[in-house]
Amino acid sequence: MRQHESVRGSWGSSVLAILRKDWQSELRTRYAISALLMFVITTISIILFSLGSEGAPAEVLSGMLWVVIFFAAMSGLSRTFVMEEERGTAMTLQLLAPPSAVYFGKLLFNLVLIAGVNLLTVALYSLFINGFIIKTASIFIITITLGSIGFAAAATIIAAIIARASTKGTLYPVLSFPILLPLLLTVINATRLAAEGAFFEEAYGEFQILISYIVVVIATSFIVFDFVWKD
Amino acid sequence: MDLALAAKNLKKLFNWRVIFRDISFDVPQGKTLLITGRNGSGKSTLVKIISGVLAPTSGSVSISGVAARKGDGRHDVLGLVSPYLQMYDEFSASENVQFALAIRGLKPDGGRVDELLNRVGLYERRNDAVRTYSSGMKQRVKYAFALAHRPPVLLLDEPMSNLDAEGISIVRDIMSRQRNEGILVVATNDLTDIDHYDLRVDLNAAT
Repeated sequence: MRQHESVRGSWGSSVLAILRKDWQSELRTRYAISALLMFVITTISIILFSLGSEGAPAEVLSGMLWVVIFFAAMSGLSRTFVMEEERGTAMTLQLLAPPSAVYFGKLLFNLVLIAGVNLLTVALYSLFINGFIIKTASIFIITITLGSIGFAAAATIIAAIIARASTKGTLYPVLSFPILLPLLLTVINATRLAAEGAFFEEAYGEFQILISYIVVVIATSFIVFDFVWKD
Repeated sequence: MDLALAAKNLKKLFNWRVIFRDISFDVPQGKTLLITGRNGSGKSTLVKIISGVLAPTSGSVSISGVAARKGDGRHDVLGLVSPYLQMYDEFSASENVQFALAIRGLKPDGGRVDELLNRVGLYERRNDAVRTYSSGMKQRVKYAFALAHRPPVLLLDEPMSNLDAEGISIVRDIMSRQRNEGILVVATNDLTDIDHYDLRVDLNAAT
């Protein structure tokens, strides 16, 4: 009898294969990248035209920065699961890899996307929006980093939940808002502290909340994804 | 422990409607199972349950005597060809097969990929995007995809769908090899080769 292929079945290789597949697919189809880029550019343009040369207080500008990031994320991060459902490849993926590997592969892909979006948004925002000056860079860098991870973690599990719904376009931001609200409030506050030039120690509380949020969302997602992903 | 595919008292309900009940079978290595039944009798549902992408309402499926709940652990020992299974059509046939290998932690070497695509008659078009293929060619890609990791258990749901005479001949060869080397499960309405199977589950009698 034939010796069957010795499958290593490495969980990590499944995660990386899914990440690589999604990235290559995105480079060819540009569904998420186009949506994210267009949203960031158009919203920053609208803010620029609205403010003119007058500028706005630090807390308002910090809030608006994360509004841009929130809606940009809503326009693009759901694609990773919605595409699998729409083209009928969800079952193919279910057959190939354990649910946890699928979740973490998609999470990493969304993390790459949102990190890119955040870098672009911050760069454009700093260049064009009058009065947006970061005085404590360390607080801002950690806030953007933890905020990106939190956004990607929540957006990934919500995308998996809504992917099979018929009204997914509406459902995604509606379902995301209450789940992302604690994250949004914390990152807005931490960004305000960075803009106001607060000492690093003053942002400890915000960082603790962000880290707790990330741990809770990822741990919960890991537990429930098996039930969300399979029929 | 010898390879074996077994199902015990499988039952599936959709919205309280019984699709099938009391389905049990035991397929040892080197044997073949034929699943038959009229349209809507649950052939594809049973194949999905065996493959692990759908959970039964009750009962269990095990491979090599190890219980596998909702498919975990079955990814590496099963190959599936089904009308429900779709390939990534923005990728080429070669890239799809490479993905099937890489996601299982196998080295996606060109030799194995080329060998598979040659076997299903797609070598010349291996680098073209799957979206440019005909339905018969897409069916052939599914075979290369399913066989990439040399699965001990091969599940075929309506195996001859969309295939021309050459494609049917290729699939008959694949089925013949699987009969000798592992476990073959076929779900179909085509009873032409019914005598070639060792076991049969008739879903018409299972509701």
